[in-house]
Amino acid sequence: MKRPRARGSAVGLILMLLLAAGCADSAGPERTTVVVSSASSLTDVFEAIEQPFEAAHPNLDVVFNFGGSPTLAAQVAEGAPADVLALANDAVMQLVVAGGLTAGPPAVFARNIPVIAVPVGNPAGVAGLADFGREDLVLGLCAEDIPCGALARKVLAEANVSPSIDTAEPNVRALLGRITAGELDAGIVYATDLDAAPDRLEGIPIATTSTTSYPIVTLTTSEHPDGAEAFVDFVLSDAGQRILAEFGFLSP
Amino acid sequence: MTLLVLGAVGAMVFVLPFVGLLVRAPWSALPELLTDDIAADALRLSLISSLASTAVAAILGLPLAWVLARVEFPGRGLARGLVLLPLVLPPVVGGTALLFALGRRGLVGEPLADVTGLVLPFSTLGVIVATTFVSMPFLVITVEGALRNLDGRHEDAAETLGASPWRVLWRVTLPMIRPSIVAGLALTWARALGEFGATITFAGNLQDRTQTLPLAIFVGLESDRDAAIAMSLVMIAIALIVIMALRRRWWQEL
Repeated sequence: MKRPRARGSAVGLILMLLLAAGCADSAGPERTTVVVSSASSLTDVFEAIEQPFEAAHPNLDVVFNFGGSPTLAAQVAEGAPADVLALANDAVMQLVVAGGLTAGPPAVFARNIPVIAVPVGNPAGVAGLADFGREDLVLGLCAEDIPCGALARKVLAEANVSPSIDTAEPNVRALLGRITAGELDAGIVYATDLDAAPDRLEGIPIATTSTTSYPIVTLTTSEHPDGAEAFVDFVLSDAGQRILAEFGFLSP
Repeated sequence: MTLLVLGAVGAMVFVLPFVGLLVRAPWSALPELLTDDIAADALRLSLISSLASTAVAAILGLPLAWVLARVEFPGRGLARGLVLLPLVLPPVVGGTALLFALGRRGLVGEPLADVTGLVLPFSTLGVIVATTFVSMPFLVITVEGALRNLDGRHEDAAETLGASPWRVLWRVTLPMIRPSIVAGLALTWARALGEFGATITFAGNLQDRTQTLPLAIFVGLESDRDAAIAMSLVMIAIALIVIMALRRRWWQEL
């Protein structure tokens, strides 16, 4: 009867390992997952907010879904599960409100200003917005339909510059990647993005009053409205605002 | 019976997504969506770059396939592995690798730009480079396989009858593997047409210069869904027509 016993103990061993793995993962009480769909420009700051928020709410586990604002709005409209929506575009947020998906009025929790980003050392000697009209430079912006791109074009129009760009990247991180790699001579990004790679990027300020507003709201499709509310409250609280300021966001 | 059921499920895997697309398509607005600037430029760019890539793949890929199949050299296995790599790598990784090699600050790209002023990223030529990189392996693998499986007697007979190596190649070898070359070219072209990740990572995204149909669809999904769906239908239609037309020819050859 050697074989059956050996098999039995093998099964037993596997079961024990599974149990151990399961136990190791859920050492504490069951945590509720709160899904936050947020604009990609909030990646770094929201990941920094995650820790203090979860420390203040040990029963909640925040999970982020980053993407372009129009994509996130479309996902929510198509029924993607999310508890909180934080966008970088008020117009897109209004579409979500009009679709009856928001559980309350959105609140603006931060603003962002545009800035010219160049590779460290500014090899092409870019001085300001006027250089975006130069054909001899390799320039990039965000795609027109995302907030970063809309803001950049607005600011260029204000300065009467007709941009001569070589690429319109689908998200601001892709644009940043190209600038840090030296593939582009300059691009227009958010002030907060300069912190993403401080030793490989330099910023040239733009004199403008145009900003991007970030609205946040809880969704009607949320299965954890309390958790969603808690997250929104935290972002709007002093603690949350302090973290946002640290990352370079302007107050609402 | 089980086979029928499983086969039907297998067919559904492919049919359902297309049915979904067809149901959501903005049929009434289709003509004006497709004659729009963005769609027209993207289609033109896609056709030009995919055909150019297929041509480059033929010029470089056929000799490469011949070398891999017929010439013994140390490291041949590794060479074959490298040729297969774009088939396995995520296209975005391929595009990033191309940047490191041929970008403005790239290994070859930097001296190239310094000497000739040619900058591949953000240019239509860059699109062709990216799509060739991901699609050429299809041609190489298909043709190499065919050459390996070729019965050498016909070529030997031609040689003994006094034909030069070039004549053997043109009059015996290539005609014998014609179905594989055609199939390989078709696959290469189809892959080049649908390429997205390597193109957007290496060549960037600009209307009428680097924004091929897949890129236009991707960006369009954010801003103008109907236009994106319309362009998707165009891609599907083109692909289906070509694949079905070639299938008939291929079967005839066999």
